[in-house]
Amino acid sequence: MAPPRGAAAPAERELLSAGDVARTIARMAHQVIEKTALDGPADRSEGAHDVGSADDAGPPLPPVLLGIPTRGTPLAHRLAARIEEFSGVAVPAGALDVTLYRDDLRRKPTRPLEETDVPAGGIDDRIVILVDDVLFSGRTVRSALDALSDHGRPRAVQLAALVDRGHRELPIRADYVGKNVPTSRTEEVSVLLAETDGRDAVLIRGQ
Amino acid sequence: MRDLLTTDGLGHDEATAILDTADELKRTLLGREVRKLPTLRGRTVITMFYENSTRTRVSFEIAGKWMSADVINVSAGGSSVGKGESLRDTALTLSAAGADCVIVRHPASGAPHRLSGWLAETRTSVVNAGDGMHEHPTQALLDAATLRERLGSIEGRRIAIVGDVLHSRVARSNVHLLATLGAEVVLVAPPTLLPHGVEQWPVTTAYDLDSQLPGIDAVMMLRVQAERMRGGFFPSAREYSIAYGLNEKRLAMLPDHAVVLHPGPMLRGMEIASPVADSPRAAITEQVSNGVHVRMAVLYHLLAGEEL
Repeated sequence: MAPPRGAAAPAERELLSAGDVARTIARMAHQVIEKTALDGPADRSEGAHDVGSADDAGPPLPPVLLGIPTRGTPLAHRLAARIEEFSGVAVPAGALDVTLYRDDLRRKPTRPLEETDVPAGGIDDRIVILVDDVLFSGRTVRSALDALSDHGRPRAVQLAALVDRGHRELPIRADYVGKNVPTSRTEEVSVLLAETDGRDAVLIRGQ
Repeated sequence: MRDLLTTDGLGHDEATAILDTADELKRTLLGREVRKLPTLRGRTVITMFYENSTRTRVSFEIAGKWMSADVINVSAGGSSVGKGESLRDTALTLSAAGADCVIVRHPASGAPHRLSGWLAETRTSVVNAGDGMHEHPTQALLDAATLRERLGSIEGRRIAIVGDVLHSRVARSNVHLLATLGAEVVLVAPPTLLPHGVEQWPVTTAYDLDSQLPGIDAVMMLRVQAERMRGGFFPSAREYSIAYGLNEKRLAMLPDHAVVLHPGPMLRGMEIASPVADSPRAAITEQVSNGVHVRMAVLYHLLAGEEL
């Protein structure tokens, strides 16, 4: 586990270990199941869902998980695998690149585009859960909302982030947060995943 | 990247980046409800065509519009060019009026290069949409995108460019780009339609088409450019067609995986027979739709990033 915050913090600390990352994703999977009422009609009367089900129109379509590249994509696939494992419902997962919708394109050198992969069933009338590794200013999520509306009209859009580090610049909040981390703006939070970085961890680097 | 004037000197990584962007654009636009991206909102693109064109101009216009740029078309006929304004003054006028990018087609080889020099002090990028007998870089890029899609790769592939190489800017741009991407290029044409100095190009040449066909992964047919010909380059259209036209018999001599490309406009019955042009082996309509994605990618790489 991470050492306590405070004096003489080292330049780089581990916020989450590989085991923590796995447990965090599992916990988020349970939250998604509960909030989108994937665990069946028994929960309906208790109001455990909010937007997950059509009233009497049979079982609702499962949500679609769309990861925001780079690291949101493997996270979305892992989350989908956990959700299927715990609920028995297969949940499609894909990727949504937001580069073409960013508001800071003119401030940086040309960025290469990342993969967009919307699952075959599309997103119309389904719950879409955007998945990202770190939620910071909220500008990436804003771009993702714009991108999403060009792909179709979801019934609702939710947001899952492995780490919420605060400092929002837009009125955006996550529905599912793996870990809330109070940070200063100058600190750098990086999520490492086996698929992209060879190992799982969340690191914070102070300045 | 500031301008796109030629594929000569376009690096492997730069070219691949444009092709990868085009692939992603194609994927992201596939089957979606709204074919419009906000990426170039507020940017102004002007096409300046001093020569006839359907597909290239429409393709650039669609590319710009799908990226949300404001696209304005200027043609030599309906502009002050008819009153005798020089190319330089027209270009400076368009730049002063707020063009972020000028896409130019011109009958004089090298015109876009001059334009780029005149506009160096401004913030206006220049794209060569075909200059005389020199280059047509976006055509080469869309051909490469189509070859990557159909063949899976370009490196190590053997590609024949057949016909009027002498007058063809498409051939020149393709030779440079395909060599950069690692393909082996053979130019097949009568001696009169091969340019001087071709021995210095990164290609081999052949006069006989039939002997080349069995080892070819893709064949690019070129239009015979009668409008640029003064004098006898070959005895008759019929004789040219018999020696260098791609007919069904020759199509059967190609390996099964081989692809047929043509930059258009086609002269059916001359360099390509109708059944060949319409066969599933031909990628001619794909070339056109890939053209839009490639030109979107070019505009993205020129206009989306920070100013250089």
